[in-house]
Amino acid sequence: LHSGGSTSRISSQDRLRVISGHLHQRAQDGHAAVSAQECKAEASRANPAKAAPVPKRRHDIMKWNGWGYSDSRFLFNKKGQAEFTGKRYRLSGLILPSLKDWFEGTFGANLQHKSPATPALNVSAVPPPNLNESFVEELKAAGVALSQEPEDRVFRSHGHCLHEIFALREGRISRVPDLVVWPSCHNDVVKIVELACKHNVCLIPYGGGTSVSSALECPPEETRSIVSLDTSQMNRILWIDEKNLTAHVEAGIIGQDLERQLNESGYCTGHEPDSMEFSSLGGWVATRASGMKKNIYGNIEDLVVHIKMVTPRGVIEKSCQGPRMSTGPDIHHFIMGSEGTLGVVTEVTMKIRPVPEYQKYGSIVFPNFQQGVACLREVAKQRCAPASIRLMDNEQFQFGHALKPQVSSIFTSFLDGLKKFYITKFKGFDPHHLCVATLLFEGDREKVLQHEKQVYDIAAKFGGLAAGEDNGQRGYMLTFVIAYLRDLGMDYYVIGESFETSVPWDRVLDLCRNVKERIVRECKERGVQFPPLSTCRVTQTYDAGACVYFYFAFNYRGLSDPIHVYENVEHAAREEILANGGSLSHHHGVGKLRKEWMKEAVSTVGLGMLKSVKEYVDPSNIFGNRNLL
Amino acid sequence: GQTRVLHMLRAELESFFDILEERRQSSDISHALRTFSAQPYHEATPPSVKALNRMVLESQFLRYVIAEVAAESGEPPECVKEEAAGILDKMAQNLQLSFIRLLGFSLSKIFKRLFRSIWVNEDGLARLQQAIQEHPVILMPNHRSYIDFLVLSYIMFTYDLSIPVIAAGIPLMGMSLIGEIFRRSGAFFIRRSIGSDKLYWAVLSEYVRTIVRTGFAPVEFYVEGLRSRTLKSLTPKLGLMQMVLEPFFKGEVYDVLLVPVSISYDRVLEETLLAHELLGVPKPKETTTGLLKARKVLEDDYGCMHVCFGKPVSARALAQGRVNRGQFNLVPRGLPLNASAELQEFVNGVAHLLVRLQEKNMVLSPWSLMTFTLLQSPQGVDWDQLTHKTLWLRTLALRFGAHLNWPDSEVMSDSLALHHSIACREKGRVQLVEEVGPGPVTQEEAVFRKASAVLMCASYRNQALHVFTRPALVALAMTTAASPRKGEQRFCFLQELFANELIFIPGHAVQDFEEGCDGLQQCGALTITDQTLRVTEEEQDAIIFLTAILQPFIETYEVVCRILCEERFQTFSEKSFLSSVRDAVIKLLISGEVRSYECLSSNTQKNVLWALLRMGAVSKSRV
Repeated sequence: LHSGGSTSRISSQDRLRVISGHLHQRAQDGHAAVSAQECKAEASRANPAKAAPVPKRRHDIMKWNGWGYSDSRFLFNKKGQAEFTGKRYRLSGLILPSLKDWFEGTFGANLQHKSPATPALNVSAVPPPNLNESFVEELKAAGVALSQEPEDRVFRSHGHCLHEIFALREGRISRVPDLVVWPSCHNDVVKIVELACKHNVCLIPYGGGTSVSSALECPPEETRSIVSLDTSQMNRILWIDEKNLTAHVEAGIIGQDLERQLNESGYCTGHEPDSMEFSSLGGWVATRASGMKKNIYGNIEDLVVHIKMVTPRGVIEKSCQGPRMSTGPDIHHFIMGSEGTLGVVTEVTMKIRPVPEYQKYGSIVFPNFQQGVACLREVAKQRCAPASIRLMDNEQFQFGHALKPQVSSIFTSFLDGLKKFYITKFKGFDPHHLCVATLLFEGDREKVLQHEKQVYDIAAKFGGLAAGEDNGQRGYMLTFVIAYLRDLGMDYYVIGESFETSVPWDRVLDLCRNVKERIVRECKERGVQFPPLSTCRVTQTYDAGACVYFYFAFNYRGLSDPIHVYENVEHAAREEILANGGSLSHHHGVGKLRKEWMKEAVSTVGLGMLKSVKEYVDPSNIFGNRNLL
Repeated sequence: GQTRVLHMLRAELESFFDILEERRQSSDISHALRTFSAQPYHEATPPSVKALNRMVLESQFLRYVIAEVAAESGEPPECVKEEAAGILDKMAQNLQLSFIRLLGFSLSKIFKRLFRSIWVNEDGLARLQQAIQEHPVILMPNHRSYIDFLVLSYIMFTYDLSIPVIAAGIPLMGMSLIGEIFRRSGAFFIRRSIGSDKLYWAVLSEYVRTIVRTGFAPVEFYVEGLRSRTLKSLTPKLGLMQMVLEPFFKGEVYDVLLVPVSISYDRVLEETLLAHELLGVPKPKETTTGLLKARKVLEDDYGCMHVCFGKPVSARALAQGRVNRGQFNLVPRGLPLNASAELQEFVNGVAHLLVRLQEKNMVLSPWSLMTFTLLQSPQGVDWDQLTHKTLWLRTLALRFGAHLNWPDSEVMSDSLALHHSIACREKGRVQLVEEVGPGPVTQEEAVFRKASAVLMCASYRNQALHVFTRPALVALAMTTAASPRKGEQRFCFLQELFANELIFIPGHAVQDFEEGCDGLQQCGALTITDQTLRVTEEEQDAIIFLTAILQPFIETYEVVCRILCEERFQTFSEKSFLSSVRDAVIKLLISGEVRSYECLSSNTQKNVLWALLRMGAVSKSRV
């Protein structure tokens, strides 16, 4: 039944391979995983075999001061060529010949000018834990796993904001949790929260640690003992209901594990945020996460059927799993987006779908960004968006091109072919203006092909030309490695970050242009020596608007306080977003980074409503991460 | 080789060069036909006139207003739409490079004939070129002569800058052939009094916004609204100002750059018309034949002309912290903007600021300074005394930050020769020249002739008036206030009284007062001890001179108030106001109760009425 290349019919087993392929090479992690403690509350399980879960000692396999797995990183080898190490990703072990030129050309960086990170954590720089002894005693008595090792505590003291990683690389450690605890089930969490209330310690829930909103930062003004509640050992699928197509899952499970395990039974949630390798189900709920394929499966708020959360007041949950209810304001919406300020999400019932039989990537080149946005708008209007549709601007297109590996069948030269063919043939395509949309279709084969035709027909009306499946696939794969690139930049005086917003359709172009321009100007005004990389893409489409993602990076040589400059520019960019009708956040959340704008974003009364909920649920501020409010 | 004359300007070093120099040395034809390669904003290519007009007609905004107008009037929407299309047709520009070339050729010829030189600041052009590439640019020249916009477009063409689209008055369009040439040179036409014609406003504003949004050409408009008959800056009008800023408020463009352009003439082409208009003699209708008759104008010498392109002012920078752009987030941007009071205030402030910048960058001629003394000596003045006083005034003006064109010591006699129609030197005495006409004359006619000469002279004084406004107002306040302590209060009162007469940025009273005090301190006429201001004895002359500058205005205000106090003015119609006041003033001039012939300026008389209205001394009701 093969029709060649990637347009093949796939079984659920193959699907598993595709997923792990676009994330990792096959699971072959040799690291010693600490297995989770068995919980007393036993549940029936579809498949007891667990692939490598997240170990308690995360720093054994993951970087303590950068993104992702320790074995995977970009570097410039002795020949000055960029390569990506490790064996996990399709890009692993490959040489990226154009990256150096792009890197040096874009940032004015130079491989001679290095800014290496502190190689190892200096344990003595970590402040000694401020323990609440009686709390610790009772916790031990209850049999909850815990640690006060500096490595464990430092690992859970941060998310992945630029300033957090930058400080770690410089070996600067600020306030870190005093204790890490690993509940292994809902009841453990109930116990921990009870004890925390009893002994007045501060709890900060920790899921995947991929926050980019300063949400995991310990408030420096907190004087109580801070306990990081790591949910990673609550990672089981408790049951799958094939009649209603739901799965009941512990909230600590990591995205890729959830998908892999469901795939084994022929199902998926379809929820694939860019962070899905590391982010957790509980984290998705707590931040109102969005997945790449939301057009088919929905965002997290569309996916959850039931949530169980442990709060200082007790456990909050609904009494049934009806698909929709009219029972006052939906209490799920107090939980979703609460960012760890109200309690710990322990278990979630989620919708599941059969693994789609067929999947196809695609890409479209547009003469310019305006045409691309117009096309996406039309696709949204006709409500025929594929599982995913993303539009990169020209700078990002060039960037993607710079990441092309040396030899690989799927990485057939794109621009060269395009230059030869389209550009010369259709003069309208200026390589400095064209932009690219990447597409992912899913479903049964017939419908996918039909759907594909429909989308390409619309694209043609906006001057779009189909540019092949490989480019599409590469675009999505790059999503997972892009976070690793920031670490490479930081080795050479380049710092950067991404941030996002959502905006009505009619403002998309204006917002993109104004924010990009604001970034460039702010950098110049603040003494940044080289023009920054200031680029964006439209990553989601909705009926009434789109989600826009900005990438922003610059060479900080010559600046005495680069992080301060960076933060000022990001602040200005957010002001610009808000002035142009964009939202405070589409899916990253507010955390502490964007708190100052909450009142403006939801009105004084709105903020008061949220505060009164917090006041009732957690009067002693046990969940004291001080996010959001 | 090009000779570049350095004009040392006091506030900033800007070099001016004569753009006619090259024209006198090379072919006008090849200048007109050379490759024109302007760098537009963001490489925007100009849409065709048709496409632009369609964009306007099909805009969400216009569709909305058309539906609203149709609902209000009961007319079918198609008719309203047709009406809108008609308005747009009448309004729209039709910029064509070929016509610019034609215009370029003819203007080369005409300008060389009229002017000895046209000085342009080089840095200004460089800044403008940069600005045009970065953001939509709004050119905001002052308006003193019909040829203002021709000169600007000519300069833009000569230096490969995008040819601006220009808001012009409908009367110009009336001149059949010329109107079409102007249209093809980028002029679009606006009705003088739009009043409450909703559809007209809608078409106009959407047209202007569309041009700003697409940014293919700079938009040029006169923020003063009209050509100033007094050569004094006029209180800015806010309609177009708001239209050009709206795309920025709504985030449709990153920024809008406002470029003040200060045009000054040694001698204004229309000088004789000006005085007549001010005296209430209606101006001739603008017709093509009228223009051709004006050919004799071409045979005269008009000296130099200066065009100073000011630094672009970023709307974004001005709005920083003052305008919350987020206020437009909740309504579709295509819908009419209900400008909040805060926003209107901002727009008003910007408009005033730009007029002030036009004033500040203006290059003044020696003649402008000479007229101060001439006007203060109705019986004439000795040449030696005139030059002496003018040189003294020159020092004062430079201290107050004026830009003067003062190449050499001969310049004063040159200036007098240039303005032979206004003043002449006989036996070492300089006097104003009165129009000669058939005699014998009535008393009224004699007054008119005298007034005509005075007003013509006064208009040149007005060109430089802004330099002395603040120190003069402080001097007046200090000498008339009950005590020195009350000086500032008095100043504020005078400022409010003269708000239609002189340009003050709203809300800047404190700065204005300080600026005035600074000026007086610098020339030693004012001392500050223990925060008390005191007028010094030594520099009484300066104080007397400065207060005398304002005297004609004060007298006019007094006289108009006095007339209005008469019983017959208990109620009066706006229409009859000017003629009644004029008649009364003439009587007072004949009887000698009023001394300044400037009291006959209908412009000042109107300003008095506005001031009294604003201050609540007069009220207006519709009958």
